[in-house]
Amino acid sequence: MDFKRMAEIPKNYLKEILGALSKLEKLKKIPFFSGIHFRDAERDLNQKIKSYKKIERDAGRAWKVVELSRNEGRPQCYDYINGIFDNFISLSGDRLGGEDKSIIAGLGKVNGKTVAVIGHNKGRDIQERVEYNFGMGTPEGYRKSQRVMRLADRFGFPIITFIDTPGAYPDVEAEDKGQAGAIAKSISLMFEVNIPLISILIGEGGSGGALALAVGNEVAMLANSTYSVISSEGCAAILWKSPTGIKLAAKSLRLTSKDLIRLKVIDRIIPEPFGGAQNAPERMVKIVKKYIVNTLDKYSRFSKEKIKSDRAEKFESMGFFNS
Amino acid sequence: MEKIKCENCNRDIDSEVFLLNLKVCPFCNHHHVIGAMERLQITVDDNSFVEIGKNVSSIDFLNFFDVKSYSIRLKEARLSTGLSEAIIAGEARIEGIGLAIGIMDFGFMGGSMGSVVGERIRILANHSIEKHIPLVIFCASGGARMQEGTVSLMQMAKTVSSINRVKENGIPYISVITNPTSGGVSASFATLADIIIAEPNSLFCFAGPRVIKQTIKKNPPPDFGMAERNLKNGQVDMIVNRNDLKGVLANILRLFK
Repeated sequence: MDFKRMAEIPKNYLKEILGALSKLEKLKKIPFFSGIHFRDAERDLNQKIKSYKKIERDAGRAWKVVELSRNEGRPQCYDYINGIFDNFISLSGDRLGGEDKSIIAGLGKVNGKTVAVIGHNKGRDIQERVEYNFGMGTPEGYRKSQRVMRLADRFGFPIITFIDTPGAYPDVEAEDKGQAGAIAKSISLMFEVNIPLISILIGEGGSGGALALAVGNEVAMLANSTYSVISSEGCAAILWKSPTGIKLAAKSLRLTSKDLIRLKVIDRIIPEPFGGAQNAPERMVKIVKKYIVNTLDKYSRFSKEKIKSDRAEKFESMGFFNS
Repeated sequence: MEKIKCENCNRDIDSEVFLLNLKVCPFCNHHHVIGAMERLQITVDDNSFVEIGKNVSSIDFLNFFDVKSYSIRLKEARLSTGLSEAIIAGEARIEGIGLAIGIMDFGFMGGSMGSVVGERIRILANHSIEKHIPLVIFCASGGARMQEGTVSLMQMAKTVSSINRVKENGIPYISVITNPTSGGVSASFATLADIIIAEPNSLFCFAGPRVIKQTIKKNPPPDFGMAERNLKNGQVDMIVNRNDLKGVLANILRLFK
């Protein structure tokens, strides 16, 4: 692994370094001092400015991806469902007393084959967003998804999941109903099913709430989507203890598709139209459809046993350590 | 004699009494956090523990730097806890019954789960399958280890898969929730146990009270995420005092023998 070091950026570094440089200028004017030392010092200081600037640029770039991943113009789960699957029927309820609109689950056909489709539903305008709870799942949502996954497994329907969530919904009721257990059970179930499971991160991949739909045989990310253990804002609040760290956190967390394919967390990057999916939503949906059709075709040749064991082996080999 | 202040009721406790009572306040029964080594000592039979997975150690593969580098944080955690990582794993006996046991330590970077915690749990699960002995994990964690980025999130999937294999092999898995257990650990192997035991006043939740407060813009109820509330809501099987824990575990293990 070759991840460049993120050096610390001192606050007000420009002021400090520029101050040091001007001091040097003054020293230079004193006769009898050799210029050699000055040149070294000057070079070091300039180098420092350069490297800090580079980190800021990198952090800015990572942050730009975070903003793109949250762009309201990006196609959302429903856009993919409408553009890709025929005869789609949406299913409701966890059969345990609840329904969560922030997670869509249903059956449809792609390329003549029935599949189960499950995804986070963010909603576009503020009214929709409130109705769908900004795509933040509750235990009811994860349990509905489990119900549909079991149904798919029984009939041999492959499962396609679309991930786009800031994270699982953090409130008292969700916790009382067992948010942690619901997510854990969803992850567990995705290892138990015998059918191919394809997970596509289409926007924001926020922590456990995202993983709860993302244990795919193949996990793909749209080029400008993100997948992170914690939001950049949350990470900055904990580690940097200030909002100034948000962009640096975005870079440090390695939440972009480019970083995550190197880390073997994901299997594929799906390219986006120039400038991002929001610029050509229909084309984006077509690209994703092609990816789904091709990937389903690939897995149709694998045995049930292989599909299940490959998935477990892939996830169980994740991680970097000395041994 | 030296006194220790209970962090709950603020009363002074003789340090000797405090230790004899396994760091539980004799006045209000508040269970204070204890380290993995202390936990091991009070839980398993003397000299029965053999550690496994010890040579698996963390590396700073992302070169993560916030206000401090991950490598420095790791060094500090190793020095302050005397542990090599946030979990110790091995084989031991409780009242003569063999088991695979994992114990997390909140003092080691908040008990956070990174690649090593994930790998040690995988190794522990494999060991329990190989020897066909029950698996017991004491959980204590603030969640996934941010310094390992999304790779730490993946440890949730990794540990779940390992635990699934234990269950498929007909082996009982018991988790003991100790204060605090939250985030990625609670939403993976901690909640998937056949039997979940919680220590009194242990926090056990996915999102912590601070995050909840930000969302709902008011303080969550005082018993939010506490063992007692979790028992009422059906999230745990039982609450067991630290002093009784060894005996209860032995009883459960005997039922599965």
